[in-house]
Amino acid sequence: MSDIAERVKKIVVEHLGVEEAKVTENASFIDDLGADSLDTVELVMAFEEEFGVEIPDDAAEKILTVKDAIDFIKANTAA
Amino acid sequence: MRRVVVTGIGMVTPLGVGVQNNWTRLIEGESGIRGIQSFDVSDLPAKIAGQVPRGETSSGLFNPDDYVPPKDQRKMDEFIVLAMAAAKESIADSGWVPPDDEARERTGVLVGSGIGGLPSIADGAVTLHEKGPRRISPFFIPQSLINLASGHISIAHGFKGPNHSVVTACSTGAHAIGDAARLIMWDDADVMIAGGTEAAVSRLGIAGFAAARALSTNFNDRPSAASRPYDRDRDGFVMGEGAGVVVLEELEHAKRRGAKIYAEVVGYGMSGDAYHITSPPDDGNGAFRSMRAALKRAGIGTDGIDYINAHGTSTPLGDEIELGAVKRLFGADIGTVSMSSTKSAIGHLLGAAGAVEAIYCIKAITDGVVPPTLNLENPSEGCLGVDLVPKTSKEKRVRAALSNSFGFGGTNASLIFREFA
Repeated sequence: MSDIAERVKKIVVEHLGVEEAKVTENASFIDDLGADSLDTVELVMAFEEEFGVEIPDDAAEKILTVKDAIDFIKANTAA
Repeated sequence: MRRVVVTGIGMVTPLGVGVQNNWTRLIEGESGIRGIQSFDVSDLPAKIAGQVPRGETSSGLFNPDDYVPPKDQRKMDEFIVLAMAAAKESIADSGWVPPDDEARERTGVLVGSGIGGLPSIADGAVTLHEKGPRRISPFFIPQSLINLASGHISIAHGFKGPNHSVVTACSTGAHAIGDAARLIMWDDADVMIAGGTEAAVSRLGIAGFAAARALSTNFNDRPSAASRPYDRDRDGFVMGEGAGVVVLEELEHAKRRGAKIYAEVVGYGMSGDAYHITSPPDDGNGAFRSMRAALKRAGIGTDGIDYINAHGTSTPLGDEIELGAVKRLFGADIGTVSMSSTKSAIGHLLGAAGAVEAIYCIKAITDGVVPPTLNLENPSEGCLGVDLVPKTSKEKRVRAALSNSFGFGGTNASLIFREFA
């Protein structure tokens, strides 16, 4: 598992207060991990901070699962 | 008019968590005023405050994790967490668990704050300045808004009745309890969770009140001696933080479920000074009219009041003006009433003060003890001729107690609680 995936999952665990085991790649923030719409905004901000990327609002709206976040960050950060 | 009684009490103050813990320490004459350790005070003129002591709940200390899950604490300024703690104690104490939806819809919340999320607003402004608008949290607004104390309490406990809040500076807690009692009297609810909360002890809060020349600055090296209402050496108030929440209930509703009844809310009076933004008028007529209105509503004379919990913040002007108004109102009955300022022990809890002090009044009634005015060594000239309960508490039957709260803007509120036999 890549370093990016680990860091994304760590942020999700911290911000949503969920067990690490529940944070699978296919887990949906809202449907599976108990987030509300404000939580998802804050999560995206945390990803931006952690990875030094800017996630525009239209892209943020499409980040619904852990995998979505990992894929976006992989595609938008210098390896 | 429907009668309203108090069936639950809860508080968090600089003396610790819980009413009984607070009361024991209060009547033993302990002080909750300390040097501020939680932020830099090197450039502030006032370096002391009444801060809620942190630690394990079993020791009577405050552990926010016991009231709000850590992940949710980020979404609330401290004043909300303190309110949640006081509400939890108060609701549990009352034993009130609405059995059905109708009962939930007849249970409301009215908790106010004088200032609200000042630390969160200060931090948010710095973030905006240093990092720009994209770094402002989506929780910034809901964590700072004053009525979110009532909002969070209602969400946590499922109370769907009137959801309201009060913002009247240092009269907030008293107004919240008085207004909530009226909602019950007017049949808008059967049970109301009411009180005040404040957590503005922060660099910006201290700087602001110090700039208004309201704070004590002569006792930074002797924190527990700084809040000294009526004493000739008093030089301003000491900021405090905390929350007080009561459960108010319609009398027959309380009786039907066999609830423990602490006291009855019999009097509530209000007035405006129409004078100055921070100073009371010399003749204290706003205070006088507020107390007089509460007595009239209660239908009892000054000879029926055995204890007054004063606003008494320890400012050079305010203490004597309030006392002057009390003397004029009570006339010959001034000889039998006891009046003390519990701000001498916990500082000035601003929007929470009226609620915490209302609970101290209720405890004075139920326990037959009046709490002391600490540090009252030498009353100033205008503070003679009244029993101000200097330094040590004393046993005394309290049939009814009056609690005064006066706020910036010239807003005054007085509550009267009577023993329930």
